[in-house]
Amino acid sequence: MHEIVTLVVNRDVRPVGVPSHYTLLEALRYGLGLTGTKQGCDKGDCGACTVLLDGEPVLSCLTPVWEAEGREVRTVEGLAGPGRLHPLQDAFDVCGAAQCGFCTPGILMSAVALLERNPNPTRQEIREALAGNLCRCTGYTKILDAVELAAARIAEAAGASGSASAGGQGGRPGEAVAAGARAPEGPDTAGEREGGA
Amino acid sequence: MKVEEFREKQAAAAVPEAELATLVEREFSTIGRRLRKVDGADKVTGRALYTDDIALPGMLHGKILRSPHPHARILSIDTSAAEALPGVHAVITGRDMPVQYGIIPWTRDEEPLCVDRVRYVGDAVAAVAAVDEDTAIRALDLIRVEYEPLPAYLDPESALAGDAVPIHEPKRPGRNGNVTKHVRLEFGEVDRLMAESEVVIEGEYFFEGTTHTPIEPHCAIGYYDPSGKLTVWSATQVPHYLHRELARVLDLDVARVRVVQPAVGGGFGGKSEPFDLEFCVALLSMRTGRPVKILYTREEVFYAHRGRHPMKMRCRLGADRSGRILAVDHRTLIDGGAYASFGLVTTYYSGQLLTAPYAFGSYRFDSTRVYTNKPACGPKRGHGSVQPRFAFEVQLDKLAEALGMDPIELRRRNFLGSGTRTVNELRITSNGFLACLDAVERASGWKERFRKLPYGRGLGVAGSCYISGTNYPIYPNEMPQSAVQIQIERSGRVTVLSGASDIGQGSNSVVAYIVSEELGVPLEYVRVHAADTDLTPVDLGAYSSRETFMVGNACIDAARKLADQVKAAVAEAWEVPASRVALAGGWAFDSADTARKMPISEAFNLAEARFGTLGAVGWYNTPKDIHGEYRGGTIGASPAYSFTAHVAEVSVDVETGFVTVEKIWIAHDCGRALNPVLVEGQMEGSAYMGFAEALMEQQIFKTAEQGREGLHNGPSLLDYRIPTSLDTPELESLVIESVDPEGPYGAKEAGEGPLHPSIPAIANAIFDAVGVRMDSLPFSPPRVWKALQDGSARERWEAARRTGARVSLSRATSPVRA
Repeated sequence: MHEIVTLVVNRDVRPVGVPSHYTLLEALRYGLGLTGTKQGCDKGDCGACTVLLDGEPVLSCLTPVWEAEGREVRTVEGLAGPGRLHPLQDAFDVCGAAQCGFCTPGILMSAVALLERNPNPTRQEIREALAGNLCRCTGYTKILDAVELAAARIAEAAGASGSASAGGQGGRPGEAVAAGARAPEGPDTAGEREGGA
Repeated sequence: MKVEEFREKQAAAAVPEAELATLVEREFSTIGRRLRKVDGADKVTGRALYTDDIALPGMLHGKILRSPHPHARILSIDTSAAEALPGVHAVITGRDMPVQYGIIPWTRDEEPLCVDRVRYVGDAVAAVAAVDEDTAIRALDLIRVEYEPLPAYLDPESALAGDAVPIHEPKRPGRNGNVTKHVRLEFGEVDRLMAESEVVIEGEYFFEGTTHTPIEPHCAIGYYDPSGKLTVWSATQVPHYLHRELARVLDLDVARVRVVQPAVGGGFGGKSEPFDLEFCVALLSMRTGRPVKILYTREEVFYAHRGRHPMKMRCRLGADRSGRILAVDHRTLIDGGAYASFGLVTTYYSGQLLTAPYAFGSYRFDSTRVYTNKPACGPKRGHGSVQPRFAFEVQLDKLAEALGMDPIELRRRNFLGSGTRTVNELRITSNGFLACLDAVERASGWKERFRKLPYGRGLGVAGSCYISGTNYPIYPNEMPQSAVQIQIERSGRVTVLSGASDIGQGSNSVVAYIVSEELGVPLEYVRVHAADTDLTPVDLGAYSSRETFMVGNACIDAARKLADQVKAAVAEAWEVPASRVALAGGWAFDSADTARKMPISEAFNLAEARFGTLGAVGWYNTPKDIHGEYRGGTIGASPAYSFTAHVAEVSVDVETGFVTVEKIWIAHDCGRALNPVLVEGQMEGSAYMGFAEALMEQQIFKTAEQGREGLHNGPSLLDYRIPTSLDTPELESLVIESVDPEGPYGAKEAGEGPLHPSIPAIANAIFDAVGVRMDSLPFSPPRVWKALQDGSARERWEAARRTGARVSLSRATSPVRA
């Protein structure tokens, strides 16, 4: 049996007709075509399906769709602004934190929740915040580097403009890259270029 | 936009004019820099399309019915009730495509759906296509299969027993049908040199099976269109081999089959051969005329497997008292699971790839791969050589201990060298292993800390080597192994059609870096379209760490043909020798006078006017004279070998046996890092995966006594434990560049080699920490705790401290049996 559920996803109000047993993940992917959120397991083990529900990271594959009704859903598609990436997205790109990229959307959402709660986390706090998201490619090192880099850049931007929510700059593949704790080659131009899209 | 405006814009993207002079000085403009990946933005925004993200109009959903028995005859299958269910469009069984397939042409032994026998719990029996997944699942419940159970063999010993029922019919009468491959090779006088050895180390080792668990489950979509063309989109690492096998099994003209590889969410070897779902979506689409998708559940991924083979290894190592390796003798029993997969190669690799980075006086290995009633094992990152490397590097550690010698020093003494041949005649070109040892020794504070840390804390070292692609393709042919086609458009945009498979390791980015380097275009002007058999030239796929080396060389080949034309056209216009024209950073310029320059697009236009439309193909094929002249001598041959050394630091909780890996220092000779960010990513990911196998992972199955024979012990990402961010140690990458004479700009592989030493380095560190030898994987708390209950462990630890890291020439005058 299908029913209409009205979701608020990335600030868009989206009525969606789905089978009543659907999870939020299925509604996003198969109902709304928002395929950025991934399914890696079938039962809440891997974290690839992580989205924010009223700002809290949840496993959308374990969330019945009707539980999301009337609450604010945020997915990876809602992170970037026009022509520019969220600082976390930019830092993941710069640091090589996304290899196959399949766990990346979920990890980004967990990291967004972390930085919104704790703008200046220690490396251990980052490890703890991401412990529900499995990555099989990176050994996590570059992911931790990326979250640290993003936190530093957000703090820098907040210091410069007085706003804590300054967006990052979209990257182009041609620009030199700073890799977290590692010294970049030459000047770090990642923050100085215009949007990538 | 007017051409002038466009050029203005392009010039803005190019390097500033003032920096042109520095470009002349620099060896490279793009290569070696810490750059973003070309698909990085797509991946961090969720825009990258993986196979399951694709939905085609009218698409049906497929599901596969799987065997509940580990070994049984299929007596009958009744699909009538499933077919009658509203919403079901097609049901197929093994009889609908009874053609055997397999990645190795000589060992084809699988059917997409089993015809008359199932060989493991999870073997595919029937498939349905329905309007949605729910209906497809209901339809599976309505299929009635009558089985006659057969005895099941869950370990190689029982499968080898004289009265065992053959899991596959023997190839020749009288042969044991449960032996899939036996290889015995001997190089030099092993028995004599072993007898003459002043120290002989003997050990028995067990490597538990593990599986890949890419986070993306396998997925495929098939569409057979009304013109009679079949397209399959698949999360595969090997589009070319899949292309061939689809045509063969479905009896289609290869030219009417197209395989497209969307973004792939990790592979690690787990997607490097055809799988049942790819044949099923194809046939179901042929039956229904509609696109059909099948997405594996996570449980199905565990049963699809093709992961690390369990190996039981009996190893002998003979050396003189200076530590020189005189004789190595390994006997290995390999648990292959139900099908051959890459097993023929695995069996060779279990011996062939051990012969570097150390010089062996003589070498013998005897490896037997056996069928069992479990999911088939295959190639997992470091295919076939991770297991013997674990055993051998622990053997070396025992040898160092017996000799009272520093284990790093022991490894240095046995260094094979560069520009040489191994004992089994593999050609070694560049070899940066000594630099790897130096790097991890220095970074880990080895000299100050090895054998000097307090009880419970220790350091261990290990080394390894690995291939940069296989010298020979899986099916014999003389054609190139990798190829690209480059097209230059008048705007300056360059399109590369690349056959290579980017499964996250970044081969598309490597292609773009190389083309940018050679043609002097900014990276954002290079577009790479990859791994689509209708559009791109053949590349054999993402396996055996071959892409950077092979597609990299193919790119250089194609790009230089075009660069020569562009330089010739510019040289003509400037009336200077072509050798003076440089292409870099978005410009063509005179390297003798950098004030003379033009935007690269203008140079391209000159060349197009002079030579016609600009396009070129390039390819790479391996040298054919670099392998041993004996049967099997081609297996293990590679155009170049990478080298790695690790030092691991561990803490052992003596009360619980819990091992914490504090840090791994990874030094890897990748020839040249075309982009250090990507190389480090491969090194860290490899070391992580080795660490995971060392401490946590077990692909194991229940026995009859445990209730359900052949059932996976825990086919979920909760029960099959892979490390989280909290479990994973700190990983430090130390990139070593030996600049290989044949690699692209000197590059070699980085994706698999750095996995190998993690495991023995951790085992050796546990010995340094608490004096127990862990010869069986994984080093889980119960096993370590049990080993610690041996009262003499502490004594051995103290003895090792006393002998320390000094060379003792007086001790080992007679053979020591360790």
